Amino acid sequence: MKKDLLGIGDLTRDEIYLVLDTAEAMREIGQRTIKKVPTLRGKTVVNLFYEPSTRTRTSFEIAEKRLSADTLNIAVAASSVLKGETLVDTALNIEAMAPDVIVLRHASSGACHLLSRICRSRVINAGDGMHEHPTQALLDAFTIREHKKRIDGLKVTIVGDLMHSRVLRSNVLLLTKLGAEVWVSGPPTLVPVGIERFGVRVSANIGEAVEGADVIMMLRIQQERMNGAFIPSLREYFNTFGMTKARVAQAKPDVIIMHPGPMNRGVEIASDVADGPYSVILEQVANGVAVRMAVLYLLAGGVEDETAA
Amino acid sequence: MTSRPRLREKAQVLDDAALDRALTRIAHEILERNGGAKDLAFVGLRTRGVTLAQRLNAKIASIDGAQLPVGTLDITLYRDDLDMRGAPVIRGTDIPFSIKNKTVVLVDDVLYTGRTIRAALDALIEFGRPKAIQLIVLVDRGHRELPIKADYVGKNLPTSLSQSVQVHLTEIDGRDEVEIRES
Repeated sequence: MKKDLLGIGDLTRDEIYLVLDTAEAMREIGQRTIKKVPTLRGKTVVNLFYEPSTRTRTSFEIAEKRLSADTLNIAVAASSVLKGETLVDTALNIEAMAPDVIVLRHASSGACHLLSRICRSRVINAGDGMHEHPTQALLDAFTIREHKKRIDGLKVTIVGDLMHSRVLRSNVLLLTKLGAEVWVSGPPTLVPVGIERFGVRVSANIGEAVEGADVIMMLRIQQERMNGAFIPSLREYFNTFGMTKARVAQAKPDVIIMHPGPMNRGVEIASDVADGPYSVILEQVANGVAVRMAVLYLLAGGVEDETAA
Repeated sequence: MTSRPRLREKAQVLDDAALDRALTRIAHEILERNGGAKDLAFVGLRTRGVTLAQRLNAKIASIDGAQLPVGTLDITLYRDDLDMRGAPVIRGTDIPFSIKNKTVVLVDDVLYTGRTIRAALDALIEFGRPKAIQLIVLVDRGHRELPIKADYVGKNLPTSLSQSVQVHLTEIDGRDEVEIRES
């Protein structure tokens, strides 16, 4: 593995499978009475979150604690950032205290790359703007593989706000790399120009996109990133692109429904679908811990390689 | 500069029959020492320790009729040398039974510095409080760096630090054999 995990784009197929296989072994630790191994004892991990997050931050923190790392959380709301400090200055100050890993969530795309260039610590991208969210894509792949035993050759349909979604970008990169057939669907105002170049099929008709799908992944309508009128109304969005039981019925009988959270019930997904038998949304959350343990172990568990020195 | 080819000798230490006899003897010793198979459980250390544990279990079954639980332990996450080794592949731990109040018999192929067993003891105790832990090794090659001793030994093999000992088992390597190599 490289020094940092900045995006799925930097990973090879083999590295992706190494993370998934390692996560398989990590999951067992979460089922023990004593859910802790001493692997990262004495290592310090800083969780630096510039955007609100419950799931990802908690998941990273649990993963770090299960590997016995010393963790600290910097929530920007209570930090010097409010006093006008830049990301670079904050990072250099944290770096001066010699952490081993920095987990960064930031509203600007590329923030993790910037940090990676100026820091000796290993950097894990926990979501940067509209760019990537690699650990989410890895846990999604882990969940898909667990249910379908493979990823190669599956039809995976991703529906929603394709424009602002870093989850989409990471998932498309990963799933196409592993040989899945990826379909995307969403309102034309939220479909980025040139998205076909990622190797996905685009359809404005959700029926066509969902037809015969093995996996349906719903994306959240990100109202906080929308600074314009992309959709007429949430109700209209639900009518056109919301995942309902009737639409699920067009997919394969053993389809699984995924959502990276947090869900807007009644906007992108109907409640009875979110809570239905084909929903694996809570499994995704559970698997997130094992996958993040695997990433932390593979990055921080071993030797400092040349790039870090 | 002239480079001399390095001497790479190897010698067989145990053949398949000797290996099998050693395991048969150990199976009898386990039963003798514990007064039967009651409350015993095997835990093999990945990878060859697991195979050896399964074979010992079959031997105990043929002697005593008892089927003992066999668990698998991967000690990678407990190693004290991760900083020197990179991040080795983890294959997972699977102990599908309670070790509480059981006599756990740890099985490994080669006992050397004792660091693997130290890690295994730490790992095992997190699964509960066994009544006792005993250790079986197929080969004890000496050079301990920790105060650890095996309860059952297939073969004591004095070695030098420059030598390496390799255990081959049919299930994994296609043949039963223990070799010592000069490297």
